[in-house]
Amino acid sequence: MCQVDEEYNGQLEHRVTPRVSKKCVKCKENTAVLIIRAGDAFCRGCFKEYFIHKFRAMLGKNRVIFPGEKVILAVSGGPASSSMLSQVREGLSRDAPKKLRFVPGIIYIDEGGASGQSMEERERAVAQLESVFRATNYHYHIVHLEQVLSLPSSVLEAGSSATEKPQTGSSYKAAVDQFIQTKKNQHPDLSLENAQSHLSSLSMHEVENGVTSPITPEHTQALQKLFASVRTLTAKEDLLHTLRQHLILHTARTQGYTKVMMGDSCSRLAIKLLSNISLGRGASLATDTGFSDPRYGDVVIVRPMRDYSSKEIAYYNRMFDIPSVFIPGLDTKAQDKASIQHLTESFVTKLQTDFPSTVKAFLLTLKNTKRKMPRVPAHRCERALGMLQGCMRTADVARAINCNVRIVRRLR
Amino acid sequence: MMMSPASTHTDIKRRSPLSEFRVALKMPVLCSSCAEKRAVLKRPKTAHSLCKECFFWAFEEEVHQTIVSAQLFKHGETVGIGASGGKDSTVLAHVMKVLNERYNYGLKLLLLSVDEGITGYRDDSLETVKRNQQQYELPLKIVSYEELYGWTMDAIVKQVGLKNNCTFCGVFRRQALDRGAMMLKVDKICTGHNADDVAETVLMNVLRGDIARLRRCTAISTASEGEGVVPRCKPLKYAYEKEIVLYAYFKKLDYFSTECIYSPNAYRGHARTFLKDLEAVRPSAIMDVIHSGENLSVREGVKMPVQGTCGRCGYISSQALCKSCVLLEGLNRGLPRLGIGKHHRLHEKILLQQPLTQEEERKLKAVDF
Repeated sequence: MCQVDEEYNGQLEHRVTPRVSKKCVKCKENTAVLIIRAGDAFCRGCFKEYFIHKFRAMLGKNRVIFPGEKVILAVSGGPASSSMLSQVREGLSRDAPKKLRFVPGIIYIDEGGASGQSMEERERAVAQLESVFRATNYHYHIVHLEQVLSLPSSVLEAGSSATEKPQTGSSYKAAVDQFIQTKKNQHPDLSLENAQSHLSSLSMHEVENGVTSPITPEHTQALQKLFASVRTLTAKEDLLHTLRQHLILHTARTQGYTKVMMGDSCSRLAIKLLSNISLGRGASLATDTGFSDPRYGDVVIVRPMRDYSSKEIAYYNRMFDIPSVFIPGLDTKAQDKASIQHLTESFVTKLQTDFPSTVKAFLLTLKNTKRKMPRVPAHRCERALGMLQGCMRTADVARAINCNVRIVRRLR
Repeated sequence: MMMSPASTHTDIKRRSPLSEFRVALKMPVLCSSCAEKRAVLKRPKTAHSLCKECFFWAFEEEVHQTIVSAQLFKHGETVGIGASGGKDSTVLAHVMKVLNERYNYGLKLLLLSVDEGITGYRDDSLETVKRNQQQYELPLKIVSYEELYGWTMDAIVKQVGLKNNCTFCGVFRRQALDRGAMMLKVDKICTGHNADDVAETVLMNVLRGDIARLRRCTAISTASEGEGVVPRCKPLKYAYEKEIVLYAYFKKLDYFSTECIYSPNAYRGHARTFLKDLEAVRPSAIMDVIHSGENLSVREGVKMPVQGTCGRCGYISSQALCKSCVLLEGLNRGLPRLGIGKHHRLHEKILLQQPLTQEEERKLKAVDF
């Protein structure tokens, strides 16, 4: 065994070390500039194609967006949602083959009040983002988190869906026709093309700025008090997520959007999935992290960035100069064990380095689950928001919220 | 103070105002249940400070509630307790004996133990089981891999290597327990799986995308129909591991507390570390994970395995050959990787005793040198 010139009859496993000087595996002509997975080296052009194609394929495979529909993009300023924004721009631009046909709007929620940022920092971030949004020429809304305190509780009711849910591919066409019919009934004199340009012209003239009513320091203080009364970081992050969701929903409803696009990437969804399991929300896994979330009836949440890993998004943003703004959140610079969500994040990323197919395996589990009971989670929110509306002054509120959340979770 | 198993958890570590007052004055904290005796421990599940007797009572009561609400046993049944000599099975044996007398379940209890043949681990724990038999005055039966299959775990590990040996041990043990139970004509087996185990299994199955197992793993008892199948249940399903340790410590129970020497390389280790961290952040997370697992439902159209019987030994199986026959075949032929990974197409060949082709054999040999 230890001799020189030993002949090994068995096959020695050769580890193929990926080298960047290889040729692109797709076009086999240009030099590869990056590696997505082990063995998948792409050149610049092929990578761009692959990236864009994935986005289109995602929208095309799950046919939920109708032509001419108003879709709002929830942009947080982070890399994934900025990437989504650029993909939508790319898809809607005149010279794209088979261009996407829907009417986009952008919403950005300013959460600085909850994470304890000063007014200057918040304004700076907002200004940076506004410049990005203006470059797109889409109608945008900048909403401050403080506004969630003045939402009516009717926002929590699931609205009835405007159109029937398309069941299979063939009835997608029927659904689209129905949608166009209802739109025609609203604007009887406008054809589809005119309707689209009408809406886009509205965006230029009507609410130019898109910033909703300015906030006062009292609002910020009230919000901070609310968050301070929640004891654990886990619960705070949860609360923030819920409030954000409600604000987006409310804006979508009042401004007439029927679809919301969220920029959750594959890695982010895997983390969300695992932390939802750890928080006891197994029943609603399929809708919390699936492609489309029809729980709210008239507004459907879709997640087109679902198949992109954060690595791919980072590469794309860097190579093609997609602007993104970093805004510190609640758990920035927190310790590993500060909250369940943060702990899950470090666990998943570590596992991903050792077992690269982990994230895909999770999401496979997810694909095979469905909602246990078709119930609207409004019960949970109702209590939380109901309490918010009532007595916001004492710390008992948060304790009540915590208790109620737990009680209701058990009831589910 | 009646506490149902699933509702006793909170993630807020705090004392009641009275206890805080007492702590501030440097007075001993009283038990929050009886308020008479001094508190000697803090319950991991609920963070209540309790005295010894109240803790014992709470723990036993919760197990009793689990048994009663899931209707695990019928009067007059013979129940085999899977005993390994470790803390879970020792506590299980003790609690079952106590509850059987206190609430008149009318069960006939006996201990069932499996000898895998791991030197330095199993032979020591078997001594503990023998001592338990005398302490609790319960009959004991030991079945060993050597006599059932002709292989000990040490010999298996020598062939398979350190990575996939837990599969062999687990599969063989399940069959061994069933065989032992049938020899003793037992109606039901109960195992000492605790809440941490079930939560780890849920996490592990999610991490691996194993939808079929995910559905079954949170069930408190297995299916009870069919020949050759002894149903098994987990009375300690909602008991935290930390509480089991505390119970065993305060009751001064005799148990063996070393880990299996082959366990550090198991995939379950990742899920376990994660779960322990979760527990540190929020103690109720363990229950929450179990709750999520129970409420997960599977989409229609997903292929689920169907229960049938093994072609060779007649044991229950969802494939043509049961897993332990496949594994044994692999070991006996010197192809240890048979049974790890996908091998459905080879079942027919094995069943008919046909030799495998050169290509197939090469793939199934161990890769380690």
